[in-house]
Amino acid sequence: MDALEIARWQFGITTVYHFMMVPLTIGLGLVVAIIQTIWYRTGKPEYLRMTKFWGKLFLINFIMGVATGIVQEFQFGMAWSEYSRFVGDVFGAPLALEALLAFFVESTFLGLWIFGWKQLKRGVHLACLWIAVIGSVFSAYFIIVANSWMQHPVGVEMVDGRPVMTDAWAVFTNNTALVAVPHTLFGALAVAGAFLLGIAWYHLWRRRHDGIDVVGKDGKLVPGEAAIPGRDKADYTVWMTSLRIGAVVAMISFAGTAITGDLQGKLMFEQQPMKMAAAEAACHDGTGFSVLSVGNLGASNCDDIVAVIEVPGILSFLAKGDFTTEVKGVNSLLGEYKEKYGTHLPDNPLYGERAGQEIQYVPVMEVTYWGFRMMIGFGGLAAFAALLALWVTRKGVVPESTWLMRLAVLGILAPFGANAAGWIFTEMGRQPFVVAPNPDMNGIDQVFMFTAAAVSPGVSAGELMTSLVVLTAIYAVLLVVEVKLLVKYIRGGVASAMPELGHAQDADDQRDKNDDGTGPDKSGDDVLAFAY
Amino acid sequence: MELLPTIWFVAIAVLWTGYLFLEGFDLGVGMLMKLFAHHNTDRRVLLNTIGPVWDGNEVWLLTAAGATFAAFPLWYASLFSSLYLPLLAVLAALIFRAVAFEYRGKVDSERWRNRWDWAIAVGSFVAAFGIGAALALTTTGLPLNANGDRVGGPMSWFSGYALLGGFGVVAFALVHALAFLALKTDGDVRHRARRWFIRLVPFAVLPMFGWMVAVQFLSGKPWTWALVAAAIVAVVLAWRLARTGSEGRAFSALGAFIVCATASIFGAAFPVVIPSTIDPAFNLTVSNASSSDYTLGLMSIVAAVGLPLVIAYQSWTYWVFRRRVSAAHIPEAHGFLPAIAAKVMIPKGSSPSTPSKSGD
Repeated sequence: MDALEIARWQFGITTVYHFMMVPLTIGLGLVVAIIQTIWYRTGKPEYLRMTKFWGKLFLINFIMGVATGIVQEFQFGMAWSEYSRFVGDVFGAPLALEALLAFFVESTFLGLWIFGWKQLKRGVHLACLWIAVIGSVFSAYFIIVANSWMQHPVGVEMVDGRPVMTDAWAVFTNNTALVAVPHTLFGALAVAGAFLLGIAWYHLWRRRHDGIDVVGKDGKLVPGEAAIPGRDKADYTVWMTSLRIGAVVAMISFAGTAITGDLQGKLMFEQQPMKMAAAEAACHDGTGFSVLSVGNLGASNCDDIVAVIEVPGILSFLAKGDFTTEVKGVNSLLGEYKEKYGTHLPDNPLYGERAGQEIQYVPVMEVTYWGFRMMIGFGGLAAFAALLALWVTRKGVVPESTWLMRLAVLGILAPFGANAAGWIFTEMGRQPFVVAPNPDMNGIDQVFMFTAAAVSPGVSAGELMTSLVVLTAIYAVLLVVEVKLLVKYIRGGVASAMPELGHAQDADDQRDKNDDGTGPDKSGDDVLAFAY
Repeated sequence: MELLPTIWFVAIAVLWTGYLFLEGFDLGVGMLMKLFAHHNTDRRVLLNTIGPVWDGNEVWLLTAAGATFAAFPLWYASLFSSLYLPLLAVLAALIFRAVAFEYRGKVDSERWRNRWDWAIAVGSFVAAFGIGAALALTTTGLPLNANGDRVGGPMSWFSGYALLGGFGVVAFALVHALAFLALKTDGDVRHRARRWFIRLVPFAVLPMFGWMVAVQFLSGKPWTWALVAAAIVAVVLAWRLARTGSEGRAFSALGAFIVCATASIFGAAFPVVIPSTIDPAFNLTVSNASSSDYTLGLMSIVAAVGLPLVIAYQSWTYWVFRRRVSAAHIPEAHGFLPAIAAKVMIPKGSSPSTPSKSGD
């Protein structure tokens, strides 16, 4: 592998990994904020338990998103210095604004939420979480503005061979970003929905398995109690409510991703026609959507790909909203791209050994074709499972079947898979460009950049390989640690996040002391244990 | 001199100052986890002084890097790609350190905690050292060619200045953390921290002074020399205030030191953002490395609103958590209460008191 390939693998691995943590952070943060709001308004103890339990898992995951996010910001400069030089004038701003306007908010107010359970008034404490969650949504917005500019550059002029921002409004309201942001947020909620559903299912199943809950004659569940902290009747309500919230969130978010995804598809047909053609492995112009295509998807000439099952008209519908407009296939696009952007990479030292090579305009179609289908498939599967789960548990009973429980837990992975597949599709589908040309922008100074020119010229393949190995190894180890901790706290149930459930007497003492002001220090109770 | 690039040079210097001031003490507290704390309760006292704020402090680093990318893309690209391996070490250190804060208390085992304590201590050291080295090199020079790329092998960036800057930030972070602990804790930790501070501070600031003076000799101006003198005064003041027991003022005085130090260093380096050790003609400066005035103007407006806001709500955080933490406040480590242990044995049907029987 040469430096470029190593750098691409590194960016891909670190980004997909980072984006396993991020959607769970965004989605679960929102869900926890809603749950805590319900607790604030109703005072029902179940909702406090849910806040603490899901909040604990949220934090275990949040920190991984933070830690891996730093890598993202540094590696543009480290591994992609030519890219950074080329796009800095327009691409740096959203990154800087993300840190200044969003991530500061998120980190600071989350710190207040974690440590402020007793120091802050209940309303202020809840507000801190909402502010942090809104911060994370803004974070997503700024990052997607930056990414969307790579998909669809707008608001710039070329000056001395570099794009210079001339219209910030255009950059920050790029239509590509405006549909990608809700798409991503719904994708994040889908992750949270399946997460709640799977884990709540497991606990409900376990309560029946352990003989705590039984099913009455009328087929309804009769919650029981066990002499274990946190496994009382209220515990049943915690999980059943969580399950239903999770299932509803999963279904809403699938509808949301479908609608926004459709809008994205229509934009993509205009803005990056090659990407959509490659998503379809559509070699020839046509109207049909391929349900299954076989052949050598990796071949560059695309001649031996056969669409085995094709639904006529659907592709046109995805692209244009009707059933008859012909959508251009790879073969006709290839000519257009060659004419517009050249057949060979320029003879410029920036391209290293690749200078003068023929440009491969067709993305790797195995990846785009299957990535596109995995995204939709996993997303749909999760929503269908959620619907099924709601139906099955309509009487408040989770079946005793171990296999169903395992499926519910396994289902947690489906939206993760959909998110990863979607990003891999859209980033791989943009190749060979790192900044895809905007077909609306005319003139010879079209704004685009080949990925081959983006890598750092001064950095050796050895350095890149070192970082690829080091980061991948660290990420692998931390994934094992995170999952182990999550499993431990999930199995531990509510009591693992609320030790006071096991020390009911102590907790009451503490509260008394604080209430009449004779306690030694408000920071001296179990709040610290909640954190460090 | 162009106005907007100059403003953004100052803004980035301010961001780095904020970073060194704030994360300075939490990096130092991290290192002290192994150097200073005697037992687990001490360590939890240390952790809880920085617990609510360290993540917010770290964002100053991200903002400094992001602002450099946006305002001076060529500076960002050259600095980060030239220092590839040291920044990789910083990234690894920051990853482990962040995760360690959160995960350390999640399993009740001595071995588990000890591992994460090492991750915090070593991670804090490496991060402080690497960032100090990077800042020292950007103010003293890197082997850059005409395109701004590093010439030579992966280690060709190395110079004595890197050591000076690295140890400068590490040693500063340590004493800054001691001043912080004296201010934020009570009991044994507070008094020991103050004693350590008084003993160490005269030596701990020496490498930082070395870096400051080196930059002055390379490109100093009268007013930046004056800041060096001010930094000396601030340190003497911090030392004396600590001796008389004014912990808050001693901490502030050391804060004034780091403000003077970064101001003297960045002020002396201005208008060069990275000197090239190959040829001064290849120097990156605020003029040739900056973004367009349009971008800088946009960023200026946002920063003028955003940065004071950040300072306001971060100050509020420190106000909310202003109480001193002491060993007496640290509760017993709660044993983990598993609802579902590996083997929970509950006789079927024994617990529900309802008259119903199993329905399926």
